Amino acid sequence: MNGDAIVVEDLTKVFNKNLVAVDHVNFTVKGGEIFGFLGPNGAGKTTTINMLITILRPTEGSAVVCNHDITKDANGVRDCIGVVPQEYTADEDLTGIENVMLCADLYGIPRDESKKRAEELLELVELTKFKDKQVATYSGGMRRRLELACGLINRPHVFFLDEPTLGLDVQTRAATWNYIKLLKKEFGMTIFMTTHYLEEADMLCDRVAIIDHGKIIASGAPNDLKESLGGDIMTLRIQDGNADISDLVKKVPKVKEVKKQDGTYRIKVVDGEETAPTIIDAVRAEGHKVTRLSLTKPTLDEVYLEYTGRSIREEEESKEGFAAQRMAMRKARGARAMGGHP
Amino acid sequence: MSRNNGNSKNPLHGLWALTNRDLKKWYKNPIILMLGIIQPIIWMSLLGKAMNLGAIFTSNSISFPQINPPLSIPQQIQIGQWLSNVASSAMQNTFGTADYFSYMAVGMMSFVVMFTAMFSGMSMVFDRRLGFLNKVLSTPVARGSILMAKILSAVIRALVQATIVLGIAYVLGLSVGANFTLLNLLGVYAALFLISMGLSSIFILIAIRSTRQETQMAVVNLLNLPLMFASNALFPASLMPDWLQTITKINPVTYATDATRQLILYTVDMHQLAIDFLFLGAFAVVFSTIGIVLSWRYLSK
Repeated sequence: MNGDAIVVEDLTKVFNKNLVAVDHVNFTVKGGEIFGFLGPNGAGKTTTINMLITILRPTEGSAVVCNHDITKDANGVRDCIGVVPQEYTADEDLTGIENVMLCADLYGIPRDESKKRAEELLELVELTKFKDKQVATYSGGMRRRLELACGLINRPHVFFLDEPTLGLDVQTRAATWNYIKLLKKEFGMTIFMTTHYLEEADMLCDRVAIIDHGKIIASGAPNDLKESLGGDIMTLRIQDGNADISDLVKKVPKVKEVKKQDGTYRIKVVDGEETAPTIIDAVRAEGHKVTRLSLTKPTLDEVYLEYTGRSIREEEESKEGFAAQRMAMRKARGARAMGGHP
Repeated sequence: MSRNNGNSKNPLHGLWALTNRDLKKWYKNPIILMLGIIQPIIWMSLLGKAMNLGAIFTSNSISFPQINPPLSIPQQIQIGQWLSNVASSAMQNTFGTADYFSYMAVGMMSFVVMFTAMFSGMSMVFDRRLGFLNKVLSTPVARGSILMAKILSAVIRALVQATIVLGIAYVLGLSVGANFTLLNLLGVYAALFLISMGLSSIFILIAIRSTRQETQMAVVNLLNLPLMFASNALFPASLMPDWLQTITKINPVTYATDATRQLILYTVDMHQLAIDFLFLGAFAVVFSTIGIVLSWRYLSK
């Protein structure tokens, strides 16, 4: 797909007139890229995704998904997107194939066509063997794969995945990543995914946006974001403890900062892998012997920490607090029910 | 991947798929089906058979100790005969049929339809809770179809269960009226179709935004007794106090029961039957229309 797959302008959602879940958010997702939407629990990720997939009306602002406006042409959007929600939505009483066929019918795909596609997709997610088994007998990983198959039945241009690997074991997570990469590579699909696994976003996504308190606080390619922190950290030790090579190292291009501490040099450097050999060559050229060397890349964890002011681990630890917050949010959403119904 | 769907789409696509999903969940769980039928059977066999109202007026249940000299055996038989004539004419005048079982068994058909409709809202709540509804809402299926599928599946379930109840009632001794024909049976289904459509629309509407099954249960518990007893399903409304009669006149269960009773047990009074169907038709159309209109606005938040 060429051009921009998703263009979001000042998208805002206010629940109950005072709970601002998403606050004038702006971003663009290019066609064919994997876009990661990061943020702590309750930051507004799911609210944003729900507006983009047309199941929640924005309070303000607009968004265009594959050239269809989400409020003015919701059905146009629905036709060209696929959705894998956070929850397992497949019907436990039905079999795998029945679930996929149900999804096909919801898109109005003709029977002969949908049968073919359902078989293909079940093959893709390796569920062919289990297709006639009731979903109640499926494991979590199988269910997640079935959700993928359901979401792909209409051959979407833009595929939305809300926390696709939440609660999965390491193997199933890796398998899910492979499917996502495959979809991008084979079909040029645009993928919009939310996650709070940072290594996942780092590895999969072409670009990410970090949202907190309903606002986007940083966006860009994971590497750019990491480099915005000032580059990689290289530590270096030379045999001659009395010599000072700080000035020498500073002259090497892409070196940002050099600090000497207890005979060890901490060097902040852009493109660490490429610059490191140059630094070593320069040090050797002056007749010094390098005895110790390490290179650490800043992870998305540090980026996250920098922008949200808290690390993802703290998030995990205070899960209960966030669960309470989530409940409050859900209640707020529900309280708008008609006729004073709670 | 090229997309090649979406152009020549039927606006009702997905309606049957969603209806069928609910039906599959139902018939794949025979326990639920059984429970839905056992309850009316218990009512029929306990209330219908135990309350043998005709038996109150027999010589065995009335004694004449004060009469002196005692009645001779032929006289007792004569009085017994007379009493049972009085009884059946009283039954006939009150219930329109000589046995109470037949009277209430037909009422039970309204009862089973009413219960199925009442619980149809529950599946809406569960679909919302489990995220299934959100998934459906993100597809191009018409919002009205989502609601109609719920109504339709409730109606089909109700009609199937009513059929089973009717069959069992027949086995247990339901005496069908002399003028009963296949056309009458069609009329019965039409009446039950209309009431289940109207009632399930109401209960699905109540559930349209709800995520709590407790609320649904509370509403069902609150409404089932008044709907049941403030109607002619178990007892003739004409014998009730005036204020209660007023309620029975706006209770759709009354009209459905009257129509089915006329068609199964009595000789049809065309005028009264027309009123019944007019009321039931209006009831069904009004509430299902409200449901579809509101589904556009309220199904998504």
